[in-house]
Amino acid sequence: MPTTFTINNRPVTVDIDPDSPLLWVVRDTLDLKGTKFGCGKAACGACTLHVDGMAVRSCAFPLKYAEGKTITTIEGLAEGDNLHPVQQAWTEMVVPQCGYCQPGFMMATAALLNKIPNPTDDDIDANIVNVCRCATYYRMRKAIHRAAEISGG
Amino acid sequence: MKILLTGFVLVALTLTGLAMTATTTAPESTPFDVMMSALTHKRCVNCHPSGDRPRQGEDSHTHNFNVQRGIDGHGVAALQCATCHRPENNDFAGVPGAPHWHLAPREMAWEGKTRTEIARQMLDPDRNGGKSLDDIVRHLTEDELVLWAWNPGVDDEGVPREKPPVSKQAYITAVKEWAAAGAPIPQTAD
Repeated sequence: MPTTFTINNRPVTVDIDPDSPLLWVVRDTLDLKGTKFGCGKAACGACTLHVDGMAVRSCAFPLKYAEGKTITTIEGLAEGDNLHPVQQAWTEMVVPQCGYCQPGFMMATAALLNKIPNPTDDDIDANIVNVCRCATYYRMRKAIHRAAEISGG
Repeated sequence: MKILLTGFVLVALTLTGLAMTATTTAPESTPFDVMMSALTHKRCVNCHPSGDRPRQGEDSHTHNFNVQRGIDGHGVAALQCATCHRPENNDFAGVPGAPHWHLAPREMAWEGKTRTEIARQMLDPDRNGGKSLDDIVRHLTEDELVLWAWNPGVDDEGVPREKPPVSKQAYITAVKEWAAAGAPIPQTAD
């Protein structure tokens, strides 16, 4: 049964098992490799992307729930050549170490800034709960505050 | 004679043991008991926590990932229940789900409460969101999130989650019988 949605401003229709995790549709069918597989249990957050502006764990998001939705992945976060404030801040603060989990963190952060433009440390602790095995949390916290500044929050 | 006496003592002890077992494992009898055996089960109480953090799992540990109630019981700004939970179980990922997955309001905290305290709380319009008895019965017997307890799916290791100790039909019947009798709260119950 075909599923139709918009991803990074591009309308797409895929004819795949509607119970397939959106993560694998994004990566393997649509060839957008920025969204990462981490745990497959909605625990680590490496697969975070936006569905209608809300951060979701795509490894546990069956394709059928994407019908008619607007999806944004890390590849669609920038507007043309203008990097998103989160991406700018991540670059400024040289956040990544190995980098594997960072797209998920950036998508989670972008979703947070949409709701709370100038988050406190407590807001960050409550909302950004992804897992980074390189433990780049300290630099990420700085980058989140910097992204808020760049956004004018 | 000694053998006979020993045999008598053994039989007596066995019968006593059986009687004790029968007493301690007697099936829930009144509609209130049957209803409460479900409502005090972890599948219900995990999302009726006493604080602002849900519980999860068979041991009712505090929900991982610093998950919090938020303003409306649906999580905080960018970490909503719907970040992970869908309207149905995801048995591939082991993430449970049901329609409008969320925490019960603070006023309906059941964790640590006795059965009579929970019943009084359910019937108190100041704490139950102004619900009538009919509303409560509908919530308890028709709400898909409540009835999820009998279809709890599997955990992230593929192990089926424990269901309440009574069947869904026995529970629904008990709730309706309890309400039809005027929703009595036994004075002797804990």
